[in-house]
Amino acid sequence: MSQLKHLLSAADLSKSSAIEILDVAEEMAGVNSRDIKKLPTLRGKTVVNLFFEDSTRTRISFELAEKRLSADVINFSAKGSSVSKGESLKDTAQTLEAMGADAVVIRHHASGAANVLAHSGWINGSIINAGDGTHEHPTQALLDAFTIRRRIYGSESKGKDLSGLKIAIVGDVLHSRVARSNLILLNTLGAQVHLIAPPTLFPAAVDAWPATIRFDLDTAINEVDLDAVMMLRVQGERMNASYFPSEREYSRIWGMNADRLARLKPSALLMHPGPMNRGLEITAAAADSKNSTVLEQVANGVSVRMAVLYQLLSGERTNIDA
Amino acid sequence: MPNLLLKNATLPNGQIADIAIAGDKIVAVAAGLQSDSAGTDATVVDCTGLVALPGFVDLHTHLREPGFEQSETILTGSQSAAAGGFTAVHAMANTMPVQDTAGVVEQVRSLGMAAGYVDVVPVGAVTVGLEGKQLAELGAMADSLAKVRVFSDDGKCVHDPVLMRRALEYVKAFRGVIAQHAQEPRLTEGAQMNEGIVSAELGLTGWPAVAEESIIARDVLLAEHVGSRIHICHLSTAGSVEIVRWAKSRGIQVTAEVTPHHLLLTDELARTYDAVYKVNPPLRTQADVLALRAALVDGTIDIIATDHAPHPIEAKDCEWPAAAFGMLGLEIAANVAQQVLIDSGESNWQRLAEVLSHAPAKIGSLTEQGQEIAAGSFANLVLIDPKQSRVVKDSHSKSENNPYKGLTLPGAVVHTIYRGYQTVANGVLAVKGRN
Repeated sequence: MSQLKHLLSAADLSKSSAIEILDVAEEMAGVNSRDIKKLPTLRGKTVVNLFFEDSTRTRISFELAEKRLSADVINFSAKGSSVSKGESLKDTAQTLEAMGADAVVIRHHASGAANVLAHSGWINGSIINAGDGTHEHPTQALLDAFTIRRRIYGSESKGKDLSGLKIAIVGDVLHSRVARSNLILLNTLGAQVHLIAPPTLFPAAVDAWPATIRFDLDTAINEVDLDAVMMLRVQGERMNASYFPSEREYSRIWGMNADRLARLKPSALLMHPGPMNRGLEITAAAADSKNSTVLEQVANGVSVRMAVLYQLLSGERTNIDA
Repeated sequence: MPNLLLKNATLPNGQIADIAIAGDKIVAVAAGLQSDSAGTDATVVDCTGLVALPGFVDLHTHLREPGFEQSETILTGSQSAAAGGFTAVHAMANTMPVQDTAGVVEQVRSLGMAAGYVDVVPVGAVTVGLEGKQLAELGAMADSLAKVRVFSDDGKCVHDPVLMRRALEYVKAFRGVIAQHAQEPRLTEGAQMNEGIVSAELGLTGWPAVAEESIIARDVLLAEHVGSRIHICHLSTAGSVEIVRWAKSRGIQVTAEVTPHHLLLTDELARTYDAVYKVNPPLRTQADVLALRAALVDGTIDIIATDHAPHPIEAKDCEWPAAAFGMLGLEIAANVAQQVLIDSGESNWQRLAEVLSHAPAKIGSLTEQGQEIAAGSFANLVLIDPKQSRVVKDSHSKSENNPYKGLTLPGAVVHTIYRGYQTVANGVLAVKGRN
């Protein structure tokens, strides 16, 4: 078994270690469909969910995963982080270390916060990045890959990668940690990635990324035989910063609607990390269609996070107990 | 304070000579000086193999006092400067209170004199409280005991074009210069690092080159229009070099500085998310570094200035966006200059003396610094052993935000002589200042 200590970025995962996590997640999905949804794997381990930013969905997904693996779970919600605003990341981390946390699941508004926690020497446990600023959200990418693989390969999923699949990611790429992690993991797993957004919502130098960059959703739908389309959440406040003129115009040009959905192939997945802005990046008709995997993604998130915790925390540990 | 006789020093032009110092002046420079040239009781210092340069002058230092003494004091900053071979530093205005009145600049000057390691030359704020709204009393600061000639809101850009125009015009009355921190504020809201390939991957808000270049372009045109001189602080991009080169070719009175870190380090270091590499303007790309080095060699960039910016541990020991901008620079400037100008084979010691001493003294209108090594000059000197190299460790600064720690850099400051007084002797900082 590969021995990862932290999961900070999708780039931490080789193709084989990513497939291994997805395969373990298949086992966990089996557990999650039983009457008694519980494994003793992490009994006696303490996992802290350290959330500097509100995210009820991600937190309860991790919490459920931890509890189903029998870990002791602590939810630590900390607001504000800079030295000027009370307790610093360092103090929080050292406090958790003193309490004996085996793993810290961190959500933070600052890009790189998980990396800093992992490499600072403040804390010895495993660090799992549950979203850091506009950088990465690796467990989201894993659950998205898991969802794609399951829809396409069903019970034959185990051991499969995503090679040959064509995936579009549409929306606010500039500010999206979901997009960054997915771009990395989808490439690792052999998929072909198309990024689609208004030019204002791409980062500088995006041409260097391993993806096809497109400004037009309709052309992408017409020209590419897409297997899945991931819609990114677009925050209304971007409009006020002149990233696009109006919600109406954004929705008209880059939103997913029934008409565009009808031009995808019937088996295509329509994905969204949630929470959705219905009527902005996705219409209700599209969100509730049979192509939509939104609720599957939520369910799969628990299985994938169980798999990640299992891989990081169970079995032999090289750096702990020494 | 004993008189000094420096034996067998190598002058910037390569000649070997003895340098006799009596009191605070150089009294003779020649090969084979008599042993009593600096008086019969002079201390003789063997300088065989050492390069003698005019004492370095930093046009851009943050000494943090008054107001931020947890980061640096005028004493500790002066000591760090002396250890780096400096005999004068310009103390930037972003203190608390801001150096925007005659009273504050005179206080900074007198604290510098009390420390006695370097000339502490206060920079005056351009606008009241650095707020960019109303001109500070530039004339009062110029007429004060501190004789301020360099004015800057450094840390902030004088972005209002009318205010900038007025400031450029006003300082002509006393031959002052505006040192502009070129940063278009709207283009850099929330900016964390150079905007480019690395920022895109790291998800850190970009600081685009155009935010610097657009201000420099505007300001050289303003300087041309009103016939004033302008100095550009910490120029950091290849595009800025092109604009300054163009402006000089038009005869615009523009000078420009580059920092040691922009000559050596790149934005790739941000991948560590270690905030010791967070600085404003940010570390740029290798292509920018190469353009800056070439511009320093060819004279487009006039000087090296450190932008020495000490911060306490807690301001850096945190997540990147929460960290303060800035890094230390006084004690590695000479090493970086040697690497870029001498060891590279691209230039020579005369150019190094120009960019670290003669030119910054001239920009700052200092008459007793940056002089030629000749009889009659003030005895401000630094002696470098170019053959030594060192692994950078702790510095004399009060702060530890030192991105060079662990790097091996060429050259070593062996002696620093400040107005005839050895602030550094055989690599060891004097326990007391000159007074």
